[in-house]
Amino acid sequence: MVVSAPRLTVEDLSYGYPGHVVGHRISFTVGAGEVLCVLGRNGEGKSTLFKTILGLLPPRAGTLRVDGEPTVGWNPRRRALTFGYVPQNGGGTFPFTVAELVLMGRTAHRGPFAAPSAADRAAADEAIATLGIGHLAAREWVRVSGGERQLALVARALAQEPRILVLDEPTASLDFGNQVRVLDAVRSLAQTRALSVLLSTHHPEQAFACADRVAVLAGGELLRIGAPAEVVTAETLRACYSVEVAVLPVADDRYRVCVPRSYLS
Amino acid sequence: MVAAAIALGPYPLSARDLLAFLMAKATGAASLLPPPAETVILQIRLPRVLAATAVGAGLAASGAAYQSLFRNPLVSPDILGVSAGAAFGAVVGIFLSLPVLAIEAASFAGGLAAVIIVYGIAVAIQGRDAVLVLVLAGVVIGALFGAGVGLLKYLADPYNQLPAITFWLLGSLAAINPRDLTSLLPAVAIGLVPLALLRWRIDVMTLGDEEATALGLDTRMLRIVVIAAATLMTSAAVAASGIIGWVGLVVPHLARLTVGPSFTRLLPISVLFGACYLLAVDTVARTLGTVELPLGVLTAALGTPVFLWLLAFGRRPAWS
Repeated sequence: MVVSAPRLTVEDLSYGYPGHVVGHRISFTVGAGEVLCVLGRNGEGKSTLFKTILGLLPPRAGTLRVDGEPTVGWNPRRRALTFGYVPQNGGGTFPFTVAELVLMGRTAHRGPFAAPSAADRAAADEAIATLGIGHLAAREWVRVSGGERQLALVARALAQEPRILVLDEPTASLDFGNQVRVLDAVRSLAQTRALSVLLSTHHPEQAFACADRVAVLAGGELLRIGAPAEVVTAETLRACYSVEVAVLPVADDRYRVCVPRSYLS
Repeated sequence: MVAAAIALGPYPLSARDLLAFLMAKATGAASLLPPPAETVILQIRLPRVLAATAVGAGLAASGAAYQSLFRNPLVSPDILGVSAGAAFGAVVGIFLSLPVLAIEAASFAGGLAAVIIVYGIAVAIQGRDAVLVLVLAGVVIGALFGAGVGLLKYLADPYNQLPAITFWLLGSLAAINPRDLTSLLPAVAIGLVPLALLRWRIDVMTLGDEEATALGLDTRMLRIVVIAAATLMTSAAVAASGIIGWVGLVVPHLARLTVGPSFTRLLPISVLFGACYLLAVDTVARTLGTVELPLGVLTAALGTPVFLWLLAFGRRPAWS
């Protein structure tokens, strides 16, 4: 039996800024089609970890591999063809239309002077259709709501045709309906396109909604990693967030909700 | 518009005169115009009209590129100190009573030197937001050159040099001659080429460094190319015409309000608006009164109400 290399391998990775290491010797893997949800309190360095994986920050130590190949020395173009990134507060402040913004996802697919080709436009249109935001295509980016912006940024990352999708708190500041829409889109993309997905969130429950595995960062180290039911527990959440939480199964344990104990007493 | 600008002035030319001139040039036949008319067209009006369009186009294109690059619609081509450096170079030239050509060369060199110093500082200071360091370095180096200009104005001979310095700092195309065009036109043309070729990537730069990198751009390289192109055009414009404010700030903004932020449309419209705007203003400057008005004063006087009107009533959000 041939065991293929995991899509993304993070090995003894230390990350941070010059003179300030945020995370120490973290190791994990993400397989093709797998969704890994990253939890950790504010300032724990989830964004820093993601930016290091994306190559936007140099690793302080350790190695990153994609399909077994070290990413060190990759140029931005090669990284963009591998990783799609949905940043927090992305998209800039110029009034491009949603369609123009999604089309920017095709930048790495063409030469430095080339105008978008028919194939580029088709890929962008398809990404817009996949996210169900066709009605927004001609609207100005700065005039659509926060949830619609997030969906547009996911569409842009999808138009990139990456192997790995990295989403930094994609549901932050979204209303309830839009949170559900974004997470549903992420989960179905991972399944239908064998995309590996890394996403961070402040809602531990979301792990049950969309993740295959959960990683919990605490004190600059990987506290736990595993299936949501094993990792999102009262003990882990206490260690991570310093609150007492009850993790309660609902609907025959197809889903679990996290309720702070103080609300129940 | 070009024809009207050529026709207007102290030596009036009719449409028939211009047509006759064009016919004569096209067919190679002897011109029917009196020789003074031909001299006015070839040596004075035509160079001046071409210079106005080239300076307007160059400043507007540089401004449009910088506003996208620095993700701020309030940025003008002199954000990195090019105007202050060019002014310092020119004022040194005037102070030393150098010939006109040397003053222009000193101005061009000063503009380039200022931007090179600013970029050098930004490269030397690592580990901070590259764009922020670049802009702040531009502000302080610009202020330093501005102080140098102030010192030279203080020391200058108040009867001969000071009026020349003041007139130059306010901007004028009065001293343009055909020889100036041989450096101005190629510089603007060369500067426009990379901006036109990189128009799609310049759009992506408006997202910010990290996001643009994540989309596959070598942002440092792109920034160098855009800064070099804009600096070339601005330095050449300032060397030929002195400091003409407002065009590089307001025209790209008007263009964005008209056609949106996509550089594919923004660049040609900025070039067109910039060329037309400066040509119109320069024609007014030299025909309005018996004494020619400084161009910088007029661009500001006309630019301010137009800008405010668009800010209040423009359909597109300029910025959010």
